[in-house]
Amino acid sequence: MFDLASFLPRAVMQGIPLLYGSTGEILTEKSGNLNLGIPGVMYVGGICGVIGAFFYEQSTPAADMNAFLAIGIPMLCSLLGSLLMGLLYCLLTVTLRANQNVTGLALTTFGVGIGNFFGGSLIKLTDSEVPSIALSATSAYFSKSLNVGGWFGQVFLSYGFLAYLAIVIALFASYFLKHTRTGLHLRAVGESAATADAAGINVTKYKYLATCIGSMIAGLGGLYYVMDYACGVWSNNAFGDRGWLAIALVIFTIWRPNVSVLASILFGGFYILYIFIPTGTNLAIKELYKMLPYVVTLVVLIIVSLRKKREVQPPASLGLSYFREER
Amino acid sequence: MENVTKRFGKVVANNAINLELHEGEILSLLGENGSGKTTLMNMLSGIYFPDEGQIYIHGEPVTIASPKDAFEHGIGMIHQHFKLVDLFTATENIILGLEGKLDIAEASKKVKEICDKYGFDIDPNQKIYDMSVSQKQTVEIVKVLYRGADILILDEPTAVLTPQETDKLFAIMRNMKADGKSLIIITHKLHEVLDVSDRVAVLRKGEYVGDVATKDADQQSLTDMMVGHTVSLNISRPEPKDVEKRLVIEGLTAYDELGVKRLDDVSFTINAGEVLGIAGVAGSGQRELLESIAGLYPVASGHVTFYPPDGGKEKELVGLDPMKIRKSGISMSFVPEDRLGMGLVGSMGMTGNMMLRSWRKGKGLFLNRKDPEALANRIWEELGVVTPSTSFPVRRMSGGNVQKVLVGREIAQSPAVLMTAYAVRGLDINTSYTIYNLLTEQKMRGVAVVYVGEDLDVLLELCDRIVVLCGGQVSGVVDARKTNKREVGALMTLVRGGNKDE
Repeated sequence: MFDLASFLPRAVMQGIPLLYGSTGEILTEKSGNLNLGIPGVMYVGGICGVIGAFFYEQSTPAADMNAFLAIGIPMLCSLLGSLLMGLLYCLLTVTLRANQNVTGLALTTFGVGIGNFFGGSLIKLTDSEVPSIALSATSAYFSKSLNVGGWFGQVFLSYGFLAYLAIVIALFASYFLKHTRTGLHLRAVGESAATADAAGINVTKYKYLATCIGSMIAGLGGLYYVMDYACGVWSNNAFGDRGWLAIALVIFTIWRPNVSVLASILFGGFYILYIFIPTGTNLAIKELYKMLPYVVTLVVLIIVSLRKKREVQPPASLGLSYFREER
Repeated sequence: MENVTKRFGKVVANNAINLELHEGEILSLLGENGSGKTTLMNMLSGIYFPDEGQIYIHGEPVTIASPKDAFEHGIGMIHQHFKLVDLFTATENIILGLEGKLDIAEASKKVKEICDKYGFDIDPNQKIYDMSVSQKQTVEIVKVLYRGADILILDEPTAVLTPQETDKLFAIMRNMKADGKSLIIITHKLHEVLDVSDRVAVLRKGEYVGDVATKDADQQSLTDMMVGHTVSLNISRPEPKDVEKRLVIEGLTAYDELGVKRLDDVSFTINAGEVLGIAGVAGSGQRELLESIAGLYPVASGHVTFYPPDGGKEKELVGLDPMKIRKSGISMSFVPEDRLGMGLVGSMGMTGNMMLRSWRKGKGLFLNRKDPEALANRIWEELGVVTPSTSFPVRRMSGGNVQKVLVGREIAQSPAVLMTAYAVRGLDINTSYTIYNLLTEQKMRGVAVVYVGEDLDVLLELCDRIVVLCGGQVSGVVDARKTNKREVGALMTLVRGGNKDE
């Protein structure tokens, strides 16, 4: 029997990292920067949080831990780590005008490498038997929920604060893009940087800010994954291909963070559907189910391309560097 | 503007120009291509900064260092190329870059008010990509007015408009004038100057020639001011020999993708053994004409007939693509005006670019690099191309060297017809002469050479005959030895069958 009440919370928890990633990437892409380094950024966001939490747990016994510091230190570390990644991307693509695709892919490889390097080092430090670190004390603070019983509580109120924050950020990003002057300017930069420049908008500033803030939001996705979803257990490469799913989600939602709120849960559901559908011992079918999010993204891409509507196309100057003198 | 000078490198684009604009008047800025009209106006609107001179507004000396400064002084410029975000509505584009809280509804209302006041016809909530060219232009004008400009500069606003739209624009310009705004219109269409402006200022080759009140001017006097006296260039021009018809063009008509007629019933003959010049103000159909002949532009009606040099059967070229034209044994070379866009691959070296013309000749799986390499070396030596090696990317060569590579490659195909568009644009005097000599050499070899140019002095001394285009029509074919600048200049601004321009 398909258990919806236990399936939905799992889907949501799967979806939240994707929501962070896609919101961050949408902001970035609206400035015309195609940051394919998002998987790496999220990975770095995760490991930096782990590093912060690890040293706080090492220095303070679990009983003396301050809730504010236990949450604040990892979060700050995570934001800082992903900010550095965003800055690196901007420096390369905006200031030095390197190719965005190559830079992004390099950052992904770089971010995953960094994560695994520090993850491995921490695991060595703990001398543990299994190749993972458990930060259960910190995780407890992150995943604290209201714990209301019943199906309602289970579906809506069983998540840590980062999950709700993701939704708030996504909705705010949506409002920001549509209804504020800064949002209008940001969209203009992504559509036609030359036009924005002529209108007196500082293109470089907008690109830097959007990309760095987008990276920080995406990095929180990595933090949520480790601290809440994985219950504070870091093991190398466990984050998997969620970063790519986040980028697929950007296309799936056609660059709308508010749609992403529900779409991320849908993707999360697809991601774990194979566990809930009885497939017996036939592993091949499980693997087919795992492909669902990507298949859906492809279908959306095809439908969107067929409709040829201007509003559903990617930002017009996505992937292009802007150089004022090159007219 | 007082004693304003602007130089680009060694080239003086504007030399000590004094220009005065009165309140509530429409001033026409008239001049040939490259006479410095747009440069001068770009200094007013803050895109360029003058090297010398001072600008005064209402008697006060001002410094205009950026478009923002210009806006603050109430100067707004409407460029030829619109700066609009396609995906945004008219209102969103108009308020782009302004500060303060975003209130689209309020802004739309204000846009509507401006439209009603001056008689613009746009919907503030329409998306730009749904708009016609004239509507986009309207958005640009409203954008400037929204920011409170009282000096408006329009850079060739009518180049993209139909005659009806032009009339509408002029009506609006008169409305703005009545409202106390001052306008400058850059144009080279004489009848528009006479139609809309109060005063005309004429520029020639970066120099200020003078200004006249429109009511005291007529087409002839303005043409004289615009083209000036003939300058002798001493380009060697041997008498053509063995002249025979090579290409006959009859009734060629073509439309662009917007349905605007670009070529209108064009007929003339291109002869072997002579240089045929094509004159006309920019955008009169020169590019379309050459591309139509080369099979790159869709032709609506008309014929292009090729008469082979060996006296073989004539061939119809309309309807063939460039590949088929070449396959049927017609050797035609085309030097496009956009050298790195259409003519050469910028990031490849000379050898690679030579291969673009020859790769199809090779048999087998691998490319033959030897012959192109030899050709590249030959051009390198014979034309004196300055480059470290034949594999140096052509993008990084200077304009003159790029042009030498391109012309050299096309000549090496030993074509029967050689077409060049603005072959010397952006080149210094010496390189220009090298190109002229190359073309003359080809002419003496019995090649039919077509030279599209913008400098009348050069056209008059290099060519044997000149076809003058105006608004997509042939307004005259003249003998370059017998005509003069005044005659060609008049033809450039006149369509046959009366003195009403396009």
